[in-house]
Amino acid sequence: MKLWRKPFDFHEQATAPSKVVLNKDRCKGCEYCVVFCPTKALVMSTEMNAKGYLIPVELPDGKCLGCGLCEAICPDFALWIVPLEAAQKGE
Amino acid sequence: MIGTKTLTDNPVDLYLRADRMPHIWCSGCGVGPSVACFVKAIHRTGLDTDKIAIVSGIGCSGRVAGYVKVDSFHTTHGRAIPFATGLALANPELKVVVFSGDGDLAAIGGNHLIHAARRNIDMTVICYNNFNYGMTGGQLGPTTPLEAKSTTSPYGNCDPPFNLPHLVAACGASYVSRWTVIHPRQLEKSMAEALTKPGFTFVEVLGPCPTTYGRMNKLGRGVDELRAYQERCVVSNGVDPRDAEIGLNGPILVGNFVDLSRPTFWDHCVKIFGRAQKK
Repeated sequence: MKLWRKPFDFHEQATAPSKVVLNKDRCKGCEYCVVFCPTKALVMSTEMNAKGYLIPVELPDGKCLGCGLCEAICPDFALWIVPLEAAQKGE
Repeated sequence: MIGTKTLTDNPVDLYLRADRMPHIWCSGCGVGPSVACFVKAIHRTGLDTDKIAIVSGIGCSGRVAGYVKVDSFHTTHGRAIPFATGLALANPELKVVVFSGDGDLAAIGGNHLIHAARRNIDMTVICYNNFNYGMTGGQLGPTTPLEAKSTTSPYGNCDPPFNLPHLVAACGASYVSRWTVIHPRQLEKSMAEALTKPGFTFVEVLGPCPTTYGRMNKLGRGVDELRAYQERCVVSNGVDPRDAEIGLNGPILVGNFVDLSRPTFWDHCVKIFGRAQKK
């Protein structure tokens, strides 16, 4: 007997691997996205934006699973995620 | 999630005045995430943005009215709720939202807050609470925890603070909840519930203020303050709001505290004036 099943709203709730997109001009380097990312997909870079803040950068190993926490807690509306398939199509 | 996601535009820009970005809030300020949750809540409820009006008072969070792409009104200090009451009574179809700070709503506008809750006027009040007057330099406010330091209480605060959910719940609000900016999903859901519920609905958002409150109390950077919220918060839905006092240290109770149905001020108006007209 199977004691578990897939949730009925799985197709709505499941996240897809994503790419993190950053609007450099808006970022103020608060590090919220870097510290609270559950998969540690982001790190602070040594690159500065026009205002002189250090900006985060996504690691190239594709750890982002698309939970969207960085997008939700970014205080500067600077960060959002795009599903990997759509991102590759757009480029 | 709002719309299709592209590599060029943030999805929340649909509801924001993107030409005014970057905004004036400090690095690590919590008003930004609460605005993002708010616009996602608008999207979740599917409300017509032409039928929403945002009123805000003075302060850091008073700037929200200027950044959200709906009809907005930036009013005088503490008087956001009276302006919103006028809007709600002049056009009962309008969904009126007051987005303001603790200093604006609880100190200078404290009288308006309790009476709007008592009359159960059909509006949503979102109170961003950062425990001090951030914009003017970190002065002591009515929500500053006991013994917390501020610019005007350098040895520690002597006044016990307001417990805002208890205050508005005791005055008769229909919906009361409290979340912090580190609970974005719950906050978004609560805001959506508050927006769709008739009557006076109140959402308190606790957030960091690394520039003034955090610096005076040696809480570190915004990240450290947010992590402290994550550790201190206890999700307790349906708990009596009188137990939800916030101290300088110790647990913070968050959750949806009150959800009840009461006739609104407009319902009483229609009933009583209708009866008077029949005579």
